[in-house]
Amino acid sequence: MEASSPTTAGPPPGLTRQRTRRSVGEQVIKGLLALAALISVLTTTGIVVALIRDTVKFLQEVGVSDYLFGTKWTPLAGGDQQSFGVLPLIYDTLYLTAIALVVAIPFGLGSAIYLSEYASPRFRRVVKPIIEVLAGVPTIVFGYFALTFVTPLLKDTVGIDLSTFNALSAGLVLGILVLPTIATVADDALASVPQSLREGAFGLGASRRQVSLRVVFPAALSGVVAGIVLGASRAIGETVIILVAAGQLANLTLDPTQQMQNMAAFIAATSQADISTQGTEGLTIFAVGATLFLITLVLNIISIRFVRKYRQVYE
Amino acid sequence: MSVAEAGIARRTVERASNGQKVKDLLFRAALLLSLGVAFITLGVLLVDVAVDGGSSLSWDFITNFPSRISPERSGVQSALVGTLLLMVTTAVFIVPVGVASALYLEEYADNNRWWNRLIEVNIQNLAAVPSVVYGLLGLAFIVRAPLSLGTVVLAGALTLGLLVLPVVIVVAREAIRAVPSSIREGSLALGATHWQTIWKQTLPGALPGIATGVILALSRAIGETAPLLVIGAALFTRFNPNDITSDQFTALPLTILRFVTDSDSEFKALGAAAILVLLAILVVMNAGAVYLRNRYEQKW
Repeated sequence: MEASSPTTAGPPPGLTRQRTRRSVGEQVIKGLLALAALISVLTTTGIVVALIRDTVKFLQEVGVSDYLFGTKWTPLAGGDQQSFGVLPLIYDTLYLTAIALVVAIPFGLGSAIYLSEYASPRFRRVVKPIIEVLAGVPTIVFGYFALTFVTPLLKDTVGIDLSTFNALSAGLVLGILVLPTIATVADDALASVPQSLREGAFGLGASRRQVSLRVVFPAALSGVVAGIVLGASRAIGETVIILVAAGQLANLTLDPTQQMQNMAAFIAATSQADISTQGTEGLTIFAVGATLFLITLVLNIISIRFVRKYRQVYE
Repeated sequence: MSVAEAGIARRTVERASNGQKVKDLLFRAALLLSLGVAFITLGVLLVDVAVDGGSSLSWDFITNFPSRISPERSGVQSALVGTLLLMVTTAVFIVPVGVASALYLEEYADNNRWWNRLIEVNIQNLAAVPSVVYGLLGLAFIVRAPLSLGTVVLAGALTLGLLVLPVVIVVAREAIRAVPSSIREGSLALGATHWQTIWKQTLPGALPGIATGVILALSRAIGETAPLLVIGAALFTRFNPNDITSDQFTALPLTILRFVTDSDSEFKALGAAAILVLLAILVVMNAGAVYLRNRYEQKW
């Protein structure tokens, strides 16, 4: 960034820039770097084009209302049984995310409040990275954990009548997966609340709990919400836990002991299945992908809005 | 306020504060409990995997190819080779592109221009796109036309590279920003051009941070299952990919998925053992990142 001089007439003639080999080289380098930065824009464009192209073809074959409002999702079934209503898939995605959030919101926010308001700096320095380690564990490991540990635990020890593949264990483990996201984003938001607000409340005789809940938490609310939205968006887009532990059937049911399938797991399972890439079946993954992309995009925009809002208040 | 009123007020405060103390303690306990959930789960998960998979882990397991029929002779060689090849190829792609993007955004881009702001918002958004969607991107444009690479290591690496590029860019930008402007100004004052300043001063100063970011990005990339599934990579192969542009390939998460979803419990145990191999690689990488950060981190 060059600082411009306040003179209005521009530099004297002797000091105007000459095009030299050196300055041309500098421009070329700048161009190359900009080109690299453009790759990220091209990625987004590529995603949108890839999804829209095949989704349009798909919708022409299936019909918009049959796709969006149909209540039976059996795209790979033959003949009369085949049906392309996406509602069960969306319902299952949201249902699994809801179970996950029931776990992740209280425990994530509890962890965040403890780290930000109670823990000593040393404790926080040690503990926060460990929580972040949890976020770095590959999701296939969580899938294994849900299938071979949580389901048997709930079935045999707790005594819930679960099928081998079920929404409950997958959802609970999905909650553990997004807990660190919510905890770290919320902790950052809480920690950025100015110390003077806390001191003011302590000065009025408030206890640490009251300060945390009535002063710091409300002040950081938009950041906390941003964290929750981000966590939800991660849960909505998760593939492998659902693929391994929740089953392969999109199910319009309230019963968490039954199997379910979310949008991402459908895409992954179907692309491994042996189907024609040009037929309607091959196009479904792009249509479902477009639906999933749209939902997470909206959530992400909401999350960014919230983050901006809380930044404006205190900076 | 009369004396009597003051007394009543004090008693009210005292009684309240006794009740408050109990509430405060309960609240604190609840907070610690929530923190415990994350820790206990992490602990139980690691112990569970170690117990299930530990006994299957052996040198033969590392060097054998997976088998569909006999679990005792099954191994993960092709998956391990696939994962390492993916890692190296992804690194070759994301290091130059990620660092160049970060340099452009930090050192050249004028934030008042709409296209530069577009790039930034775009990177923020890309970071939140589900990984399975990147798989669809890879399938549509890298595996099929126009790149038409087919399901090969290079296609997998490019797909994973696009997925983790935002991570590299964000971390590299932070590292570049942390180099104080006095260093740049000194270099410019001595007559260096903008690029000479970046190449000789800014980049070397930011290198440890950038390396950490690249390792983090790669450790995310090799743990990903969904994009590789979508581009059609094999769940397991009985050969190693010898050529990254022509051979079918598999990777650790995929072979783990294959083992874990097998109904035979002996294969499930192999899945746990393969998870241990994957986790070992991740631990080594993260330890490397921590070491780099501590050893070379510059205090300005």
